[in-house]
Amino acid sequence: MRYWKGFRDGIPIALGYLSVSFAFGIQAVSLGLTPLQAVLISLLNVTSAGQLAGLQLMTVGAGLPEMALTQLTINLRYALMSISLSQKLDESMTTPHRLLLSFANTDEVFAVASSQKGKVGRAYLYGLTNGPVAGWVLGTALGALAGGLLPASVTNALGIAIYGMFIAIVLPPARAMREVRVVVLISVVMSCMITFLPFLSFISDGFRIIICAVVASALGAWLLPPPLPDEGSDEKEALD
Amino acid sequence: MEWSKFWLYVLVMAGVTYLIRMLPLAAIRGKVKSRFVQAFLYYVPYAVLGAMTIPAVFSSTGSLPGAIAGVVAAAVLGWMGKGLLTVAAAACVAAYVAAMFLH
Repeated sequence: MRYWKGFRDGIPIALGYLSVSFAFGIQAVSLGLTPLQAVLISLLNVTSAGQLAGLQLMTVGAGLPEMALTQLTINLRYALMSISLSQKLDESMTTPHRLLLSFANTDEVFAVASSQKGKVGRAYLYGLTNGPVAGWVLGTALGALAGGLLPASVTNALGIAIYGMFIAIVLPPARAMREVRVVVLISVVMSCMITFLPFLSFISDGFRIIICAVVASALGAWLLPPPLPDEGSDEKEALD
Repeated sequence: MEWSKFWLYVLVMAGVTYLIRMLPLAAIRGKVKSRFVQAFLYYVPYAVLGAMTIPAVFSSTGSLPGAIAGVVAAAVLGWMGKGLLTVAAAACVAAYVAAMFLH
């Protein structure tokens, strides 16, 4: 039961991934990788921004330290998410399951898991991650093999799917709680400043997200402590 | 790309990414005691999503009018508490239609 609840919650993520990884597949082949190589990258990494940067580095023949440092910079936000998620896990998440499931702790999986009431266990998390990983790999294969078949107007429009999902996760709790509204607003304003102010534009996308999340969450925790639930039972649910 | 070079790159990429995700989950077993850290971790998902969405969403479709239409559609339906799939699909349709007429 918990598995299928998770699986259902993962379907919109899987559909969003299908379109994003489709674009990745097209790009990988256009940069000289075989379709099998493109699929292997998606299967072993399961991360959008990191893969795109990695693809560019390997096709220009960059060094391995540069590759490692780039992945660390872009993906360090996952450490923050894993720390936050560690507080949501129930006792069914023993070490082997932690080792396996952390493989698929993407931005979207983290967001949906965090929005659940109370604790989450391994059945739910396997259900939640299976669809998105399959969608990510399948989309890469389709893009690599048949990328030219869809008109650009359609693949372009699909690019907003993931963001639509993010908006749907944030708005209900933001509507219900002033504290969440303030924290999100701080984060968004900072994100825009880092993106658009010339003297801050040296900050990479990965660090932009980390800086905004850490500063906004710390300010919120300091100035506007949330009505913290014991065991998270009062948390607002983002899903219907 | 040659397979030997490919595997080296992919192992470094995947290894670094996995360790970043795995180490905190494997290491942190108990409930954090500090109220401040609890509150901080409570806000992290929302702050992360805010920073990931804005301003990046406006360059996600290759058409600014399309992206704005998609954001408006998602914001209205999301505010009403519609499900993730509904909101994501509506954003795509709005972006597609607006890009067709306005770009």
